[in-house]
Amino acid sequence: MRRVRPVAWYTVLIGLSLIFIAPLVWMLLTAFKTPGEATRVPPTVFPQEPTTSAFDTLMGNDQTPVLRWFLNSVLAATGQAVLVLAVASMAAYALARLEFRGKRLIFGMIIATLFIPSFVLIIPNFLIVDRLGWLDTLWALIVPGAAGAFGVFFLRQFFLSLPRELEEAALIEGANSWQIFTRVVLPLSKPALATLAVISFLTNWNDFIWPIYVLFSPEVFTLPPGLAILQGAYTINYPVIMAGALVASIPVLLLFMVAQRYVIEGVSRSGLKG
Amino acid sequence: MAADLAVREQAGTKQRAAGRPRRTGALTPYLYVLPYFAVFATFVLAPAVYGLWISLHDWDYLLPGKPFVGLDNYQALFDSSSAVFDFFWESMSATGIFTVLSVPLLLAVPLLIALMLNRSFPGRTFFRAVYFAPYVLGVAVIGVLWRFLLDPNLGLVNAILPGSAPWTTALPWAWISLVGVTVWWTLGFNAVIYLAGLQDIPRELYEAARIDGGGKWAEFRHVTLPGLRPVLLFVVVNTILLSANMFGQSYLITQGAPGTETRTAIMYIAQVGLRDYKMGSAAAMSYLLTVCLLIISAFVFRLFREKDA
Repeated sequence: MRRVRPVAWYTVLIGLSLIFIAPLVWMLLTAFKTPGEATRVPPTVFPQEPTTSAFDTLMGNDQTPVLRWFLNSVLAATGQAVLVLAVASMAAYALARLEFRGKRLIFGMIIATLFIPSFVLIIPNFLIVDRLGWLDTLWALIVPGAAGAFGVFFLRQFFLSLPRELEEAALIEGANSWQIFTRVVLPLSKPALATLAVISFLTNWNDFIWPIYVLFSPEVFTLPPGLAILQGAYTINYPVIMAGALVASIPVLLLFMVAQRYVIEGVSRSGLKG
Repeated sequence: MAADLAVREQAGTKQRAAGRPRRTGALTPYLYVLPYFAVFATFVLAPAVYGLWISLHDWDYLLPGKPFVGLDNYQALFDSSSAVFDFFWESMSATGIFTVLSVPLLLAVPLLIALMLNRSFPGRTFFRAVYFAPYVLGVAVIGVLWRFLLDPNLGLVNAILPGSAPWTTALPWAWISLVGVTVWWTLGFNAVIYLAGLQDIPRELYEAARIDGGGKWAEFRHVTLPGLRPVLLFVVVNTILLSANMFGQSYLITQGAPGTETRTAIMYIAQVGLRDYKMGSAAAMSYLLTVCLLIISAFVFRLFREKDA
């Protein structure tokens, strides 16, 4: 470390941290206040009479089935992560290690479509999903998102970086490509697979524009469109809205804490998901 | 994006040349690619073409007939007497204003943070995680959260600040809110990418610069910035594209307020296509916006290349 005075240095770092963390703490504290206290001027920091009434309101309303939304979010995000791992790892393995006609063409097509902004696809995809009978179902949230190119690029790159010796040894012992893929390549790729799983899960969990237009029934909603409903239904009953936001935040913040390395790794290597 | 990929592609080719191709059945490789390709073809390739087809029709989702109208939907966007002209260009300029205001901040502030985090000190990983944390949350969470914090009458921001401002209901405050929230939310993303770029700059270059004399600024200009170039190109293009994609913040925080001034292009396109179900017109708008973004991206690429010479 170059010469800096530790006290000044850490004051700056901690001051900055407050800017990022304080709003999130405020969300947490507000969820346990009464509606009156949440909007009191001057504001109270800690709930004077901590209450879970916001959560009771949320759970008690048939029009805002938050637990159902939570479950749907878990299903959609997990489903998509699993699907992405399966299809992207197979395609990436073929693109990295197998020789076949049209390989460059396929890879080139995937690259070319990176220049298509996602909003262009929304309207035709709405019609395609409609044709498949997937409107207002979780399938609409699980499958189309798995078409993203990020997983294929990311894993292909990782596979190319693996030493070939182990695969060649397996080949000499008579293993076929599927055995090499599942017993040699995949086990060596656990960190990359974990990174991709976490990134896919987060992206799907947070998706907003797509679910608000392809889901219509409250019981099929995931949390993000659910929050938009809460904001419309409870306008200034902020503890209820913050309770909903908390339910949507806790799982991803926990996931980030446990898998921070994978999230940051995925982002710094890629940024391709935009 | 493309530059980044090109570099990786080259690295890949070199490695491949070193090894022998695997012997497999002629069809086997296609079986590996097939599941992904089926999803990719259905939800990327097909819609990219299908969207163009839709844009050439008077495509109303709710009506049985979808007559072919040629380029009418595109012409309407340039015809000041058409029903969509005013709203469309208002939304395009909203997206433009947001992009112009947010991109410089999203380029500069994360760079400062990355430079701070590039030093070695105890707790570095912890602070990196803290600054990145808001980005992990979705736009829905940060949207409803900041709607609350910025509430002109009841929000924390006005309670803390000496004056009080209509953060979500009047200009220019609404823009300040949208840009500020976006910077707060996404800054960690660019910072992490910068940081990865900074860590790739060889230490010897800094040592050489120090021996040459010249201050911190010279070091930054002659070592750090040139070293960051490839990363910088990606960050600039990506940040512009993401800002031009802005949707959720306006949807939840200002709801387009004061009137429709902060309704972005994506918001308007979604409104026309997926609420009013005028899909032909909305598809045309989305392709026009795409062309604008391609031109801007090409311009940025050229700018970076000219600096090379």
